[in-house]
Amino acid sequence: MGKAWLLAATVVLAVASLFSGVTPLTPADVLKGLSDVQVRVLVLSRIPRLMSILLAGMSMSVCGLIMQRLAQNRFVSPTTAGTLDATRLGILVSMLFFGAAPPLVRMLVAFSFAWLATWAFMRMLERIKLRDPVFIPLAGMMYGSIIGSAATYVAVQYDLVQNVSSWLLGDFSLMMRGRYELLYAVVPALVLAYLYANQFTIAGMGEDVATNLGLSYRAVVNLGLGIVAATTAVVVVTVGTLPFLGLLVPNLVSILWGDNLRRHLPVTVLLGAVVTLACDLLGRWLIFPYEIPINVTLGVLGSVMFLFLIVRRTAYAG
Amino acid sequence: MQAEAAVPASVRRPVVLPIVGLAIAAAVLIALFMVINAAGLWGYVLPRRAVRVGAMALSGIVIGVSTVIFQSITANRILTPGVMGLDRLYVLIQSALIYVLGSAHPWVSNLRTNFLLCTAAMALFAVALHRLFLDGKRTNIYVMLLIGVLAGTLFDSLASFLVVLIDPNEFLIIQSRMFASFNRVTVGLLWPAALMSLAVLAWAAPALRYLDVLALGRDHAVSLGVDYPWAVRRLLIAVFLLVAVSTALVGPITFLGLIVANLAYELLDTYRRGPLMAASALGGVIALVGGQLVLEHLLVFSVPLPVLINFAGGMLFMYLLLKERSAW
Repeated sequence: MGKAWLLAATVVLAVASLFSGVTPLTPADVLKGLSDVQVRVLVLSRIPRLMSILLAGMSMSVCGLIMQRLAQNRFVSPTTAGTLDATRLGILVSMLFFGAAPPLVRMLVAFSFAWLATWAFMRMLERIKLRDPVFIPLAGMMYGSIIGSAATYVAVQYDLVQNVSSWLLGDFSLMMRGRYELLYAVVPALVLAYLYANQFTIAGMGEDVATNLGLSYRAVVNLGLGIVAATTAVVVVTVGTLPFLGLLVPNLVSILWGDNLRRHLPVTVLLGAVVTLACDLLGRWLIFPYEIPINVTLGVLGSVMFLFLIVRRTAYAG
Repeated sequence: MQAEAAVPASVRRPVVLPIVGLAIAAAVLIALFMVINAAGLWGYVLPRRAVRVGAMALSGIVIGVSTVIFQSITANRILTPGVMGLDRLYVLIQSALIYVLGSAHPWVSNLRTNFLLCTAAMALFAVALHRLFLDGKRTNIYVMLLIGVLAGTLFDSLASFLVVLIDPNEFLIIQSRMFASFNRVTVGLLWPAALMSLAVLAWAAPALRYLDVLALGRDHAVSLGVDYPWAVRRLLIAVFLLVAVSTALVGPITFLGLIVANLAYELLDTYRRGPLMAASALGGVIALVGGQLVLEHLLVFSVPLPVLINFAGGMLFMYLLLKERSAW
């Protein structure tokens, strides 16, 4: 499967995403000329939704890729390193203490929590020499559940559990003009990720090798974690959590195409978009005219695919 | 820990003394819990407190024992059986039952039926996991654990979807079941739970004999003649079932096992799993009963016990992760 196919799949799914929904709107209508209602639906709802799916899917996949490179472990991702849980705690804290603040402030608080937690986890990884690579995500999940239980406790005290759940449930159905623009903040992060792709690969080889090769190891690692934390915070604040995406897409890319980070960054981005679009469309079609949030479709599909990956990977002892 | 094996027995610290000490401490705490502030209403107070103490003791013992078994077969000191996604499955089952049937349905409101349903569902999950991923050819325990964790994430996302759909009043019932509590337990729950735990332990007993050898790791165990896949499979299923019983009885207490098992390793100068399991079980009883005592009479319920335990366990986990640099 080549890049061209992936690009074609992205375009087809994107068009399908634009033209599916309750308000009748078909490609033929576009040629005939759109009614006022149709134009408004397209501009206010369909296009913002498509853009947010693309941006969120692409950037979460790249996050996973960067984290896996830096940790030299295929099972590390925002889901398995405490990043998502810390973001949740950050959002909760900002809801409690900065309730009246604009979304940007909330996002900054969430970002700080995400960055801190991820940084701490990566520092811990450097300090432990592990026998089994599968142990790292286990430790990461336990780490995440500590942060998560703190968040749950705070939420219970203020009767916010259900509120926070609905806030953080990954769902694109509310993406409309005026609510998704914050997501464009991931574009510079994606560009940075592309520019520094080779540096991330080298940094992943360890501090000694990286320093030997003339790389400012700390700076590169911090940049990588900064990109991951910022992207996760933006996506979680605007869309909600997208489980497995950062875990699944990079692993699929590495199985299908190999491991050259810079060359395969575009593939990762496209595959992230395809997976997210497909899951979102599935959720929109299955119980039409209602919707299943992408959190659920992605959770089910993602875990099944990931199980397959683990069984396959460990069969080759990869 | 294993290095002490070479030291002559006379030099080693005795194993019996700490265990007796723990047993006395546990007994004192239980007695204290039963009689403190009773205000002479014995006929009212004693039976009710006995059930709660029974629930705490049972879950403390079950969690303590299952964690030592779990850490022995994974040859790892910092994992808990809680990573396998059972507590999240529990929340999902409760959410699904309440969403589909409503909180007034007997399957939700009758605690005994609810307990049996939850245990059955979790046992089913455990057996399915083993059938699918520990089929003899592959016995990489870590892979199976990772799969459990993934399943946990899946349960979590399904549960949070249901939570969003659910009526806020009904949600309060789910919320009350998301945290471990000893106040829900009745005599009618305690006996089945105790019997089930005993039955599971009896079933696992033939494999438990090899626990010391299994703790040496796969290669050593195999070369010493243990049927490793068989023993590990049976013990893992037993751990799953024990955790399932305790979770269905009082709710999830993820990090308790981590604390009490490590306490046992520090307290006892031995590699033998029998004494370690005993110490860990007693530690579980002490932590729950003592913790509840302190909470009720000194802190006046300001923080739920499971939250405190999870917090302390979390700190311990980080400490162990950082302290033991090598060979995990």
